[in-house]
Amino acid sequence: MPSAIRCTNLTKTYKGKPPVEAVRGIDFEVNVGECYGVLGPNGAGKTTTIEILEGLLEATSGEAEVLEMSWSKNATAIRERIGVSLQETQLSDRLSVGETLNLFRSFYASGIDATTAMERVSLQEKENAWIKTLSGGQKQRLAVATALVGDPELIFLDEPTTGLDPSSRRELWDIIETFKKHGKTVLLTTHYMEEAERLCDRVAIFDAGKIIAEGTPSDLIRSLGAEHVIEFALDHDHDSFDLDLVQSIETVDHVDVSESEIRLTVGQPHVVLPQLISRLAKKGISLASLTTRHASLEDVFVSLTGRHLDEGDED
Amino acid sequence: MKTQHPILAVTFARLREFIRRPEAVFWVYFFPVLMVIVLGVAFRNQKVETFDVDVIESSLSNSIVEKLATEPRLKTHVVSEIEARDRLRAGTTTLMIEAAESSADKQILEQVEYLFDAARPGSLAARNIVDARLQEAAGRRDVLKVKDIKYEEPGGSYVDFLVPGLLAMGLMGGGLWGVGFAIVDMRIRKLLKRFMATPMRRSHFLMGMMLSRLIFMIPQIVILLVISYLLFGVKIYGSWLSILLVVLVGAIEFAAIGLLVASRAKTLETASGLMNLVMLPMWTLSGIFFSYERFPEIIHPIIKVLPLTPVIDALRALMMDGKSILTLGPELGVMIVWSIVPFVIALAIFRWSD
Repeated sequence: MPSAIRCTNLTKTYKGKPPVEAVRGIDFEVNVGECYGVLGPNGAGKTTTIEILEGLLEATSGEAEVLEMSWSKNATAIRERIGVSLQETQLSDRLSVGETLNLFRSFYASGIDATTAMERVSLQEKENAWIKTLSGGQKQRLAVATALVGDPELIFLDEPTTGLDPSSRRELWDIIETFKKHGKTVLLTTHYMEEAERLCDRVAIFDAGKIIAEGTPSDLIRSLGAEHVIEFALDHDHDSFDLDLVQSIETVDHVDVSESEIRLTVGQPHVVLPQLISRLAKKGISLASLTTRHASLEDVFVSLTGRHLDEGDED
Repeated sequence: MKTQHPILAVTFARLREFIRRPEAVFWVYFFPVLMVIVLGVAFRNQKVETFDVDVIESSLSNSIVEKLATEPRLKTHVVSEIEARDRLRAGTTTLMIEAAESSADKQILEQVEYLFDAARPGSLAARNIVDARLQEAAGRRDVLKVKDIKYEEPGGSYVDFLVPGLLAMGLMGGGLWGVGFAIVDMRIRKLLKRFMATPMRRSHFLMGMMLSRLIFMIPQIVILLVISYLLFGVKIYGSWLSILLVVLVGAIEFAAIGLLVASRAKTLETASGLMNLVMLPMWTLSGIFFSYERFPEIIHPIIKVLPLTPVIDALRALMMDGKSILTLGPELGVMIVWSIVPFVIALAIFRWSD
């Protein structure tokens, strides 16, 4: 299968005192037609990696190939064929949606016209509206439209839904899925796990400048050994809790104790739950809360690093 | 639909953004006009200049006032000595006159004292006028025939001098702020970085920014010249085409300097600091409001190679003296160097992403 992105042993160290190793040896490959997700907490090196692939940053070492071309030799040819939406770009307030798209279109030798781009992101009615009058979700759709005007084969979306309300987020998901249906490739960074599970064929989980896990979302979740999670909290301090009490229950795969909750990764919740409740009752321990759910990519991250995604990078 | 050339697309986008900001349009277009009006009124050529002089109250003060009454350039006031000194200090009057009577007859004027500061404009003139009238009244006869002829050459008034200076100042401010500020703003908004992710050529973008600046400039120049003509009769004695050429090179020059100032700045504060640093010496030295001939001769060579000086000198030579552009080789040379060198440096050190 032809590859859309291939990077080998990519590193990026920012000069400074002390130097910051943002990316510390990354390898991955994205196939044509795939939606590939880059997940990880803030500071994990996601944006640095994607900006190297977009040709905005130079790697300290390693190879980055995009559409089987290298940035050092074919930069303009690559830029003609990719589309980019950066984090936090503020387009000009006093230009209209149509004017902005025409401006971006003028930079490409070939592409789709502004009207088609507006249709793809459902902004036709806003053609003449100034950008400052748009909502957050509309602005983000426009940012994606500016990535589409060059009719790219590959788009890079850096946290496209961060800060959006749920319905705007779903609208963007639809746009990305439609783009994928046309056989195009998407590289997406996000820290929303449900977004990755819904959109991405494969994901790489980044932590501290490295990939700590890669695969399809379902494979990664299956790698936990059990696909359900039971979380509960006790009335009193968790430190004195006897782990053996729950570890010996059938199909319990893993136990994590934290200040706020005790988390069990289990195969069959209908087996575990009755036992758990009766054992706690026998010991006279009362529950403050209890929830069960399917395991998610978040749980994969937690089991790999012992931290939650939204805790960010410790250093 | 055919797509626009990227240079034009950037130019039009900039023009649209500009005209959609009425406050920016006001400052760019009307601030220089306002300056012309205010300074033109303050320094207009008055038909007859009049002087206020105080005569200290005494038995003779009325006789002095009578002797000066026929002189239209004087306005006399009889006041006490304390009041006269106050008024002189405050600049209300230019001269204080004190009469001393003859010891024989108190009605005869024997001696006059003039109190004035010769450094103040008009003081010496007032003193001489008063003295001439009093000496005549006392019996002096002039032996030489004298005829005063009023000098009134077109193009010789202060407004004629000022307008080319303000025109050049507008080019400087417009270029630095219009190009420099806009670029730093786009860098902060990560728009430059976003553009870099497209196949856009860097030189196309920079040329589009400069071209939009040249287009903004046309109304700026026209408005200033038309208003100066209508209000103060400022006329242009040289060729329009030559003036247009100088203005064009001047606009390119300051757009290039604006580009350089903005090439690395990451915040608007840094950018405005740098711009003021660049503009301040020229505001004072390059001769916008008064000729740089007033500065010591030893620094004239330095003043002449500042970016603004040749623009002002060339515009004055064309507008006031009606000189040919062919005589302006050195000025144009300095301007061209200031157009090319900053542009090349800016292109080399420009910070595109954050």
